[in-house]
Amino acid sequence: MLELIWLLPAFPLLGFLALVLTGGRLPMQIAGPIGAGSIGLSFAVAALVASEFLNSGLESFTYEAWVWMSVGGFNPGFTFYLDGLSMVMMLIITGVGFLIHLYATGYMSDDPSFARFFSYMNLFVSAMLMLVLGDNLVLLYLGWEGVGLCSYLLIGFWYTNPTNGYAARKAFVVTRVGDTSMAIGLFLLFAQLGTLNIQDMLHAAEMQWSVGSGFAVAASLLLLGGAVGKSAQLPLQTWLPDAMAGPTPISALIHAAPMVTAGVYLIARTHPLFEMAPSVQLLVALIGLVTLLLSGFTAMTQSDIKRILAYSTVSQIGYMFLGLGVGAWSAAIFHLMTHAFFKALLFLASGTVILSLHHEQNIFKMGGLRKALPVSFFSFLIGSLALTAFPFTSGYFSKDEILLGALELEGVGFWFWLGGVVGAFFTGIYTFRLFFIVFFGDSHAEHPPGKEVGGWHMNGPLILLMTLALAGGFIHVPLDDVFSHGEGYGEHHVSGLIHGIMIAVPLLGIAVSYLFFMSKTFSVDKLMASALAKKLHAFWFGGWGFDTLYNAVLVRPFLYLARVNRKDIVDSFYALVVTVSQAANGLIVKSQTGSLRWYALTVAGGLVVMVSLGATL
Amino acid sequence: METIPVEHGFVLAGILFCLGLIGVLTRRNVVFVLMSLEIMLNASGLAFIVAAARWGHAEGQVMFLMILTLAAAEVAVGLGLIIQMFRRFQTVDINVLSEMKG
Repeated sequence: MLELIWLLPAFPLLGFLALVLTGGRLPMQIAGPIGAGSIGLSFAVAALVASEFLNSGLESFTYEAWVWMSVGGFNPGFTFYLDGLSMVMMLIITGVGFLIHLYATGYMSDDPSFARFFSYMNLFVSAMLMLVLGDNLVLLYLGWEGVGLCSYLLIGFWYTNPTNGYAARKAFVVTRVGDTSMAIGLFLLFAQLGTLNIQDMLHAAEMQWSVGSGFAVAASLLLLGGAVGKSAQLPLQTWLPDAMAGPTPISALIHAAPMVTAGVYLIARTHPLFEMAPSVQLLVALIGLVTLLLSGFTAMTQSDIKRILAYSTVSQIGYMFLGLGVGAWSAAIFHLMTHAFFKALLFLASGTVILSLHHEQNIFKMGGLRKALPVSFFSFLIGSLALTAFPFTSGYFSKDEILLGALELEGVGFWFWLGGVVGAFFTGIYTFRLFFIVFFGDSHAEHPPGKEVGGWHMNGPLILLMTLALAGGFIHVPLDDVFSHGEGYGEHHVSGLIHGIMIAVPLLGIAVSYLFFMSKTFSVDKLMASALAKKLHAFWFGGWGFDTLYNAVLVRPFLYLARVNRKDIVDSFYALVVTVSQAANGLIVKSQTGSLRWYALTVAGGLVVMVSLGATL
Repeated sequence: METIPVEHGFVLAGILFCLGLIGVLTRRNVVFVLMSLEIMLNASGLAFIVAAARWGHAEGQVMFLMILTLAAAEVAVGLGLIIQMFRRFQTVDINVLSEMKG
């Protein structure tokens, strides 16, 4: 039964091929079932494999489909490696992915490029599964680049609008920076350890390198670069908010659930490497902390419903990085899972809102929608509660695990914990700011919403995700074998005060949000009156000026160089070759007079020359 | 019997060949060019005959027969081409045929 694991990426790939080989011309009634059905089959197989795996009691299972290439001692294969970590990931990807696909069959039903959309989605899921199931870093890298490509294609899905194309290119280029760093990391690992099989590589690293040695630091730093790019963490976080240009199911599929958490997966997968480089691991935590705080501020100022969710995604992945950085590995993966539930829920519900309001994304042009859009209202309510870690929702358990993990770290641990708690406060504010503005108060809609769009294939996934977002915290994630350092669940012994603070702070955030945006006890306008506040608002709205900074430091100089070097210096050498050939051609062309008699003369003259040469020699 | 010295035969052939070549190079009328080509062919044929007579070999005679056949074929093709050319350009001036000028 476990051998069936190769079917997991195969089904979506087949779906992709079926959709793409028909040139995207399949009618919706066929393309929809193919697109969503392939993922559904994948999920069925994943569930089978997972239950079999859990019953078997194996620590890990490897299945080699075939050898990819074989060069000397280097022979990576299409080999799938199943353990607790990849099992959790594959269930999230196929399960949440299936719900999103199902939702998308409704969401995209009036789009002319329906089949093209599903072909990209299927390719994405296939690549993502290869990423998490690959037993060697080469296969992982194949999936890594595959999801990058699909993310590019899907962000720019509505390519007739140039800004979407710009957002797609930005996402591609920025993540490419991280990918390059990761590729160099792979080269380094292979050069030093002679293998890219993840488990062998980790064993070899533990044998050959000491803790804190230069190679361990360099390798983990380079891998971290890749993770930071893919997971939209500081300093490569700028692409994710712009990536919201794609259709909303994409935002749910790629930019909430699986893809952006690939970086978290990578670090968790290679965690022994990071444990051997404590300084880098601390850097991971620091990156997570700074990112979650910065994007928390930014999310509070945004007005686009999807951008708010995007910044909250960045911030939640910051929590995961914080968890990874403090060594709370399974807590980070746990948060990854619960985040996949509630963030997919929020994104899909926002899709319903956007579609019901005729593609309106500005929250200040919404308002009072709770009667008109009941399903979205409850989805948002539950999703927001889980996101703010309201007690006993899924987000509460996972975020608590991370923060308690941070607290256990000696020395700086307390500060990480404090930062995380402050971040949770902001999460409460921005999440419920969105919630109150959209669903309560007076309506500011330009086009009053008609009936809530929906149907079983859009509402069904929402209801399922609501259940998961509520109860997902009670799922036990079988990661104890993977992270064998005994930081399981419920082992934290901290005072009731700490627990109280962690429960109270998000509620405090919600309360602040309530006072500002619901009861209007405090006025935002008053707060915004001073010049300083305006400046701060503009600064945070622009995402702490990172885009401006990168434009000034990287993009402008590059464009300047490109303009200066318009007549490519290197190219001038080849241009010289062309010029010389053309001149020679001009000379020789003169001899081609077209006159028959001239040709005859040259033949005769040549003959004379040859003969006389022959006679004299 | 007084024989013609072999040098005379060769010189005659050479002169004929040069005359033919000059004709090919200088004449503009394509019919004359074709005739000059015939002269050149016959000049080389004469050279073969003279050599065959001088050294008593039969190959020279054979070569002459071949040249004769070749000349006949060449004239057939050549005249055909000339007719086509005349139909097309209404002239037999060879300088008109310069469309392949580079």
